[in-house]
Amino acid sequence: MVAVVAAGVVMILAVVLIVLALVYYLVSTIVQLRRITAGLDEVIAGVGEIVQKSAPVNDVVTAINAQLDAGVDLLEGLLVQKAGLHDAVGLVDGMYPGAAAAGLRNFPESTEIDAPRIGEVYTKGALTLARLGREAPIAAASPAGAVLRNVEGGSLAARQLYPDVRHTSPENLPGSPVIGADSPTQYEQRDDIGAPRKRLPARRP
Amino acid sequence: MTLWWIGNIVLLLVILPVVVVLLRGVLEAAKSIVPSVQGIATVAAAGSEDLDAAALLLTTQDQVQQTVAGLANYGGSLDVILDDAERR
Repeated sequence: MVAVVAAGVVMILAVVLIVLALVYYLVSTIVQLRRITAGLDEVIAGVGEIVQKSAPVNDVVTAINAQLDAGVDLLEGLLVQKAGLHDAVGLVDGMYPGAAAAGLRNFPESTEIDAPRIGEVYTKGALTLARLGREAPIAAASPAGAVLRNVEGGSLAARQLYPDVRHTSPENLPGSPVIGADSPTQYEQRDDIGAPRKRLPARRP
Repeated sequence: MTLWWIGNIVLLLVILPVVVVLLRGVLEAAKSIVPSVQGIATVAAAGSEDLDAAALLLTTQDQVQQTVAGLANYGGSLDVILDDAERR
């Protein structure tokens, strides 16, 4: 009888221990899951704010890019119209060395242009502005200062504007024309050469 | 009677440890998720604060629009000025 009671007590004790373990760990797990739920609520709130704040960004940035594209088109078009494509590439390369390789965006053929060293002299636009007088921005910067370009001694810079002119590669240019009586091409030929001699009017005795 | 004792021993030495091990594993896994979720929540809040300046893009858009409009007016005026200067 005592053995039966002891076995029953041991069994009840084991079951109680198992139930206690279940209660402890399951309650701890529930607490952790509630903390996870609270954290996920914060995450959802933050992500919701991110989504809400970033919703108009795409449209706004697209509009800004379109407007900046229009500005770039305007400036490129004005530059090419006024300076010409060749000088425009040189001007851009003068301000941003190496930019000539990328060329102008709206002029794909600009990538094939050998950019002139336009930074050594003044551009057509700058000279035109300089001709406008002291009111021009380029002259207003230093109206009483030295001349912006030495017109007497600055011809070398002007001649070096284009790399393939006569003073740098004369072998690629045609020779000077041959002039004279034995030249292959006679310039300003006279009509009376080879024609019958004109008869002078007879003298009166 | 012997089988009862054997059952008690199995209950105490096998069933109880297995239950404890399994429940502890579940609890450790749940505990390991909490720091990650809190870190994600912190990052999400910081990201949301970083996007507070996104509303200023509307101002930027307006200013870019005004700048491009002014650039167009300036370019048109410069075009006329250069044409007049070249005719002189």
